[in-house]
Formats: sequence, C-alpha cells, structure tokens
Amino acid sequence: MSVSPNNQSTDQSIHFSTSQHINFSTTQLINYTLHLADNALILGHGNSEWTGHGPVLEQDIAISNIALDLIGQSRYLYQYAADLINQSNNPFPPVSGRPVTEDDLAYLRDVLEFKNCILVEQPNGDWAQTILRQFFFSAYQYFFYEQLKQSSDERLSAIAEKSLKETTYHLRWSGDWVIRLGDGTEDSHSRMLKAIDELWMFTGELFEIAPYDEAALQNGIGVNVKELGVLWKQKVTAVFEEATLPVPQTTTFQKGGKTGIHSEHLGFILAEMQFLQRAYPNSQW
Amino acid sequence: MSTVSNHNNPEQSSSINLTEEEKKVWAILEQVADPEIPVLSIVDLGIVRSVKIATSSIPPSGGGGALITITPTYSGCPAMDMISTNIRIALSENGYPNVEIYTVLSPAWTTDWMTEQGKEKLRAYGIAPPLGKSFDQKYLEDLKVECPQCHSNNTKLISQFGSTACKALFQCNDCKEPFDYFKCH
Repeated sequence: MSVSPNNQSTDQSIHFSTSQHINFSTTQLINYTLHLADNALILGHGNSEWTGHGPVLEQDIAISNIALDLIGQSRYLYQYAADLINQSNNPFPPVSGRPVTEDDLAYLRDVLEFKNCILVEQPNGDWAQTILRQFFFSAYQYFFYEQLKQSSDERLSAIAEKSLKETTYHLRWSGDWVIRLGDGTEDSHSRMLKAIDELWMFTGELFEIAPYDEAALQNGIGVNVKELGVLWKQKVTAVFEEATLPVPQTTTFQKGGKTGIHSEHLGFILAEMQFLQRAYPNSQW
Repeated sequence: MSTVSNHNNPEQSSSINLTEEEKKVWAILEQVADPEIPVLSIVDLGIVRSVKIATSSIPPSGGGGALITITPTYSGCPAMDMISTNIRIALSENGYPNVEIYTVLSPAWTTDWMTEQGKEKLRAYGIAPPLGKSFDQKYLEDLKVECPQCHSNNTKLISQFGSTACKALFQCNDCKEPFDYFKCH
C-alpha cells in the first residue's frame, strides 16, 4: 500500500498519455487540473477527520467549514477534469461505456496517479500540526488563486475567483492560530516548534515546477509557482515573527508528490477514503 | 448534479426588460426557500442569476421549458444539490416540467446581491445581516455588528466560522445572547 519515495517506475500520466486523439496540451491541462483538485481534496479530507474531535466546539466547526470549502473546490476541479477527459475521448481504464465523473476521479485513482503535494497528505498530528499545515497551504493557495484568476482558461479562472474568497478566510484563521499558539503558553509554543520541524521540509515542493506546470505556463493557463515562493516566504515570516517562531533556514526539501511519488501516508488516506467505492463499485447514497 | 458552465452574463432580478412570463418564473422562484436559512428565498440570497424561457434557440426543448442559472454561495455548500431539486419541483408544479439548471462560478457570489428585503428577513429571524459592501478588507474583529435581539452594538466575535459556511458566531456583551452574523463575502 505504501509507496517508497525511491520508486522510480512511476508514470503518473499513464492514463492520459496513451490516446492518439488528444494533443499534448489537453493531456497536460487534465494533469494540471487534477493536481489542483488532489491538493484540495486530500487536505479537505484530512481536515474533515477533525469533525466531532476539535479542541473546542467553535474550532471544530471552523476546521469542518474549511474542509467543506476545500472539498467543494476539488469538486469544481474534478468536474472540469472529467469534462476534459470526456471531450477528448481520453481513456480512463476504471470506467468504460459511460462518461467519466468527478467521483470516478476522486475514488478510482490510486496513489501513483494522485498529484497532490506531499505537504497536504501529512498526518493531522496534534492541533498545532493541523494548524501549521493549513497555514502553509492557505498562504500558498491564496497567492496561487490570485494569479490563476488571470488564467486564459475561463473555467480555471472562474474556479480561482470563487475559491479565493474562501481561501482568504482560511489564511486569516490559520494565521491567527499560528500566532495564538506560537505566542501562547510554553506547551503550545513547543508544539508549534515541533510542527515546524515536521512540516517545513515539505513546503519547498509547493514551488516546484512539474511538467504540467510548465505546459500550463507556456499556454497562458497556469501560474508560475516558482515566483510565488517569495510572496509566500514574506507572509510566513511576518506571521512567524508575531508568533515568536523561528523561520527555518533549511533549503533542502522533500518532493515528488506532484509527479505521483508520495510519502507512505497517502496510501492509508486513499484506503479509507475510497473503501466504499472499491468494495461496492458504483454504490450511491 | 448541475452542469458548471461559464456564462458570464448574470442578470439581477430587476424587473426591467423582463417579459411577463419571465416575471412569472421569478415569482415562482421567490417561493423556493434556502434549505439552511428557510426565511430567505433563493432570490433574496442572490443565488438565482438569470431566468430564460425556453424557445427554439434556448434549451431545453420540448415545451414548458425554462433555463435557470444559479451560483453557489460557498464552494462546499451542501445545499446546492437540494436547491436545484427544489427549483425543479417548484417549477414543475407551476407549469414548467422541463427545466435546465446551469451553475456559474463567475462572477463569484457576493453578499452584495442579497436583497434589502432579504436582509430585513434575516434580522427578524435573529441573524445579523452582512454589513458593508462586498468582501470586507478589514478584519471581522473591527466590525460593529448589531445584536439582532437587543440592538446593542456592544458585541464580540466568538468565531469566524459559524453553523454554516456563510456565517460567523458573535455574542452580545449586553444581553449575553450568542447570535449568527451573515458574513460579508
């Protein structure tokens, strides 16, 4: 179930690269859209595990709301990816004889086909780790959607415009919590330090350019994530300063998720999330 | 599930330039309540963006048709599928069995589209209506939200996220009642 980070046999685009009928950019646009969808779904799913378990009722509701926003955003993106696959007659082996749906893309792809960043598949850990994971990701997603609004792809631009409003709330909320915990008690401060140790190494991948990023960028569709790193670092530094937390100077980062090479955690997430559709195919409720 | 498209031309429910039949459909939609806040109709909330009566060039074909364009309040709003179903039921019961529903994301829904009548209904229901225009640039903490119970402005933010995605939780420092604030968005 788990995937070794050293697995070199991965071809994350195998399902999308075998058709003669579609051109290169459609394939890459599908991969690009799936990457964005996977980021939102996997983080939304992790957050949803807090529902009913939050530290206090109000924050239980807050993290559940954020989970809902993210899963909603992933739905728009999977719907778009499904439309692209169907329009281009692109084979999606788990499904035959009917159009591919958003649910197929969420429930019937395996670890190697998921393109989310490794950051979002990290365990919830304690509240500090969940908060920091959300803050790192929301700070990235905020600047990302701001740029994606300018995309020449109308559908992605509309999704970005809609989602940016929600992400603005997520960033504000998670930033407030980083400050509250970092500048809080001795216990909360040390938990934040531990969370930084756990998660910092996964932040570099957010700004790595995958082949589909490159293709989307060349077509005026995508965002230059490499350039977002500066804005992200400024935001993180400002919040960390107020939170009395150190900004790590490490420049060595884990990467691979964007091209399907994941940490051991994603397999467990999918095993639980996809169980019902795997055990009882096509079941609905 | 409804289809997401990119219609970039939403219409407000202005009665200007509407045909009699379109007005009739708008009136039917005003009877469709939001599942989460049943005192508001989906028209009050600004969820309905446009109404078109089906013709030879506007789908759906087959007579008794209407093309309704809606927009979600929040991406994860679980009420959207139910709203689509309720639109179909209401129109079907009133002579429009053949309904097509489009979902648009752009321009993104904003509380600016909520009708004045809708804001009054919210207040009477015990939810403080959104303050100001569009997405607020200042923090929620700076807002002076009036308590819908005792009308005091001496209130405080409890949580930026309330019982639904569109609300924040406040408490009145005078009458001590907690209440929902419909966030400016």
